[in-house]
Amino acid sequence: MEKDKQITDNSRTYIFDKPQNVKIVLTFFFSLLVILFVADFFIHKHGHFPWEDWHSFYAVFGFVACVMVIFIAKLLRLFTKRDERYYD
Amino acid sequence: MINHILTAGFPPGLIFIIGSLFIPLLKGKFKSALMLSLPLLAFITLLRVPEGNHWVIRFMEYDLVFGHVDRLSLPFGYIFIIISFIAVIFALKVEDDLQHVSGFIYAGSALGVTFAGDLLTLYIFWEFMAVASTFLILARRTNESQSAAFRYILIHVIGGLFLLAGIILYINDTGSMTIVNMSLSSLSTWLIFIGIAVNAAIPPLHPWLKDAYPEATVTGAVFLSAFTTKSAVYVMARIFPGAELLIWLGAFMTILPVFYAEIENDIRRVLGYSLINQVGFMMCGVGIGTQLAINGTVAHAFSHILYKALLFMAAGSVLHVTGKIKCTEIGGLYRTMPLTCIFCLIGAASISAFPLFSGFVSKSLIISAAGEGHMAAIWLMLQFASAGVIAHAGIKVPYFTFFSHDSGIRAKEPPLNMLIAMGIAAFLCVFIGIYPQPLYNILPYPVEYIPYTSAHVVGQLQLLTFGILAFYLLLKSGYYPAEIRAINIDTDWFYRKPIRVLNFVISRIFNGLNSYLDQIIVKDFTRAVNRFALEPITNLTRFILYPILSNLDRKEKYEQSISSSFRNGTSPVGIYAAFAGLFIVVLYMFL
Repeated sequence: MEKDKQITDNSRTYIFDKPQNVKIVLTFFFSLLVILFVADFFIHKHGHFPWEDWHSFYAVFGFVACVMVIFIAKLLRLFTKRDERYYD
Repeated sequence: MINHILTAGFPPGLIFIIGSLFIPLLKGKFKSALMLSLPLLAFITLLRVPEGNHWVIRFMEYDLVFGHVDRLSLPFGYIFIIISFIAVIFALKVEDDLQHVSGFIYAGSALGVTFAGDLLTLYIFWEFMAVASTFLILARRTNESQSAAFRYILIHVIGGLFLLAGIILYINDTGSMTIVNMSLSSLSTWLIFIGIAVNAAIPPLHPWLKDAYPEATVTGAVFLSAFTTKSAVYVMARIFPGAELLIWLGAFMTILPVFYAEIENDIRRVLGYSLINQVGFMMCGVGIGTQLAINGTVAHAFSHILYKALLFMAAGSVLHVTGKIKCTEIGGLYRTMPLTCIFCLIGAASISAFPLFSGFVSKSLIISAAGEGHMAAIWLMLQFASAGVIAHAGIKVPYFTFFSHDSGIRAKEPPLNMLIAMGIAAFLCVFIGIYPQPLYNILPYPVEYIPYTSAHVVGQLQLLTFGILAFYLLLKSGYYPAEIRAINIDTDWFYRKPIRVLNFVISRIFNGLNSYLDQIIVKDFTRAVNRFALEPITNLTRFILYPILSNLDRKEKYEQSISSSFRNGTSPVGIYAAFAGLFIVVLYMFL
């Protein structure tokens, strides 16, 4: 690790430093969500469980599961968080 | 054994272990050549060996089998050798023979466990694995790594003792050492089960993993991520397929680490938790135990080893070039490390099971097996955990490392050998994802599963992308748990914190006892013996005459006269003669 490698170089801008590039990625992402929602109308489903055949079941499940994961993790942190030197 | 060595060469595990001993003797290109050729040699050996038992040694009345080759052990053998080759390339420039040798002995022992046909051989390699892997943590040479390594070996020695006790009881019960399917019906099989569960990091026996792996060296963590847990998966699949307990333990194991990973600051620790989560899927598959589930377990272990090593290599590269790996200290590294960033994204896409990446074609076998068994609760738990994977390993790891806030660090890409190693692993992740047939062909049972159906692809993409949407919205609205410099207590609290209290109590008890005994034995008793020994005959006479003297009126006067007469040698000759006689009688009585 040489020092000169790590000097902040503000003179250069990189791909996501430009807001329009971030916008392109987000537009692509949101269109993908819409496409997946629409595509769900046209596919033939034969799941193991009845709920697998509901419209956009996986989308709702994925969204709710991720929200739950993050909120339960926040809750868990209330009980488990300790200082970095707790065990020292 | 000798015959087999002459015809087929050494067993793959021994090629690694014996070959590694020559590493310190060589320098420069010769050393690199040896290190790269050992996995190639082992792979060629494995390709040439037909299914069946090979390298058998007669030991007392038992057969020690070093090469039990079948369709369950072969895929694990292949992937262990492939990942050793990749890890060796990644570690090629490390100038530390300790790490090279222990890495090879560790990998070789994992191969030894995989191809062991009897319980004793399995146990020996199992312990070798524990010891060799400890050196990969010690080799970091920091205070944290020393104490983490100490806790690591302690846990594995205890786990190993459970396994050993179980094996001895089992041999005692059945008279056989051969590894066969067992059921959890006796003490011996329970002990074996617990011993394996320690290495598989099944909660609550899991915290050694997230404790030790992030403290290992940059390259050591790549080795560690592959062997201990996956060899335990293999042994579970070999001995306890269809154990119903494992279905629930596995499903629970996929979910618990997800929450911890979400609030963990150290990226390599996030990967440790995510490793436990992925092994949970495999344990669940072993528990379900159907052909589809066992195929899924083996396939998932295969692809998991590749993408998990890839993620550990990417995180290790960041640690190597910046010296930092905590979310609070890094960020925005895509600017100067684009290749590492892309490799990390491929690893993240594979672990999240995006279509066209390896996790997609392997994890779905296990989840389908849960579906075919109509296990609704298990199926929902596994899908929940899959969504949890996108939240921590799929997004959090690459996002907080390479994007997020700009930490201002402008570190260069890691050395070429590290990039090549990551490149090979990334290529295999994508290759398996696009063209899973070669992987399906080596699985234990014939595969009829088709991963790429429109319903599966769209369903999986919905699960993942709407999961990402949740992450994005919560991050934007400030609900996402902030990156903070903190640790989270886990079940290791029970041996890390109370052990200090226990230590204190024990030290008080034993130190107190020590000083008390010191007072009595060393000081008082010795002094008494000294005093007695200075004038033995006088004291002895006083002792013998005590019943008479104590009844006399002028006791002190008599005592003084006895002392002085002995000191001056003026006592009657008869007394000496009487004592000499008494002495002879005593000798005669005792000898």
